[in-house]
Amino acid sequence: MSEASSDVMVDVRGLRKSFGAQEVLRGVDLQVRAGEVTVVLGPSGSGKSTLLRSINHLEKLSAGTVSIDGELIGYRRVGNRLHELREREVLRQRARIGFVFQNFNLFPHLTVVENLAEAPVHALGVPLAEARALAEELLARVGLAERADAYPRQLSGGQQQRIAIARALALRPKVLLFDEPTSALDPELVGEVLDVIKDLARAGTTMVVVTHEIGFAREVADTVVFMDAGRVVEQGPPAQVLDAPRHERTRAFLAKVL
Amino acid sequence: MTTTVDHLALPTQPADAELTVVPTRHPGRWLAVAAALVLVAQFGHALVTNPGLDWPTFWQYLFDPSVLNGVWLTLQLTVLAAVFGFTLGLVLAFMRLSRSPLLRAVAYGYVWLVRSVPLLVQVLFWFNLSYLYDRIQIGVPFGPGFFSISTNSLVSAMGAAVLALAVNEAAFASEIVRAGVLSVDQGQLEAAAALGLPRWRQLRRIVLPQAMRSIAPNAANQLIGLFKNTSIVSVMAIMELFYTVQVIYGRTSRVVPMLLVATAWYVVLTTVLSGFQWWVERHFGKGSRR
Repeated sequence: MSEASSDVMVDVRGLRKSFGAQEVLRGVDLQVRAGEVTVVLGPSGSGKSTLLRSINHLEKLSAGTVSIDGELIGYRRVGNRLHELREREVLRQRARIGFVFQNFNLFPHLTVVENLAEAPVHALGVPLAEARALAEELLARVGLAERADAYPRQLSGGQQQRIAIARALALRPKVLLFDEPTSALDPELVGEVLDVIKDLARAGTTMVVVTHEIGFAREVADTVVFMDAGRVVEQGPPAQVLDAPRHERTRAFLAKVL
Repeated sequence: MTTTVDHLALPTQPADAELTVVPTRHPGRWLAVAAALVLVAQFGHALVTNPGLDWPTFWQYLFDPSVLNGVWLTLQLTVLAAVFGFTLGLVLAFMRLSRSPLLRAVAYGYVWLVRSVPLLVQVLFWFNLSYLYDRIQIGVPFGPGFFSISTNSLVSAMGAAVLALAVNEAAFASEIVRAGVLSVDQGQLEAAAALGLPRWRQLRRIVLPQAMRSIAPNAANQLIGLFKNTSIVSVMAIMELFYTVQVIYGRTSRVVPMLLVATAWYVVLTTVLSGFQWWVERHFGKGSRR
């Protein structure tokens, strides 16, 4: 933390993660500055999703640290020891980290507005009326103001993902994490979701986006990170990583997806 | 060339959209219906004409005060055993699903033991509790006691019946609840955790309502089974419905009509429970297609 400049929002250092004997992340370092968009690319199995899930401690780390806005996630440091936090404390930290899933994971038995108001009221203690007002405001922002009382199944996949983004925003998160937000969508619905994310980028939201949408990365990313086999192979501005990759594996990957 | 001309020349050829559909015939289905109707008619005829069924006696006792008391006691047994059984079952289910291996083992051991012993045997054990422990005492485990009471004054025959039924019910209820919780998509719990919802809220607001969709039909089945299993406690001379009719036919020797009286009440009340099930399932089906 001492060497990190004050505007680093997400600071991942030496992150390792194993599932049994299989090491999925082999020492990842990643810094995301406040207000910037980082797009993580890489072949499937490269550890992109695990990295994202480790950032909000959905996965326990095997080694290394994750800090958000200078606060260690999942642990308390005492000297050279990391003490695991209680679940309640981890949940409190997560309430400030938005997460958008590939499969939306909206709550099917709750209406749209109930989906949005649930966490602000019960994780942050916001009064219900205030949470509902914020929900209406966010629904308007993702272009779904009229669907407040619909159930998720009555909406298209694209609309559901926009609701899921609004649900994450309802916690006023410090950073938004997207795990392949358009991979479960029909091709003609991808655009509407990416448009919402682009709007957020323009508004200065700090985001880490795992995706396969190279065009989106080129347009929106401040930094593109290419991962392979549990390591960051190269990172930099999109013009550099996408158009003049220095590493052979990056070139091979881009040749396949472009 | 000529065929084409002939074809076009057909004067009354309708357009495709106007073609008539002839439904498939199902002669076998009609035969089966006829056979079934004959069987139903025979059954109905036997019900009406067989003198052994003794309908006058049936009507005489159907609303007899002692029978109505028996129905009332049966309902009390069912409700008490269901409330205690499902409450304990819920606790056991969450023990089974907890991250503590010890809690999991204890819950598993409970289910294993209770499911292994026939309900009738369990009922008799509880009834004979005072033979094992003539006083029940509250205090430090294995240490001094603060308060004690004689077992027979604490656990009446009715109390033993409720205990036996509830203990048995809890084992099955815990498996029903556990299966329901496991049926909920893992992503739902992840989403709730990612939003930082407190653990208890995750279970109560997100997981349980969705689990209820698969819990409800099984729980209703279990409840109906419990309702009829109350007849087993007749071995303890508790004046529930079945014991009441047994006492009456012991006195009057009208066995079959009295069994019909009990049957009628079991059927009617099971039908009421089925209606309740329909209502519960509709309530928890919100936001889903099926």
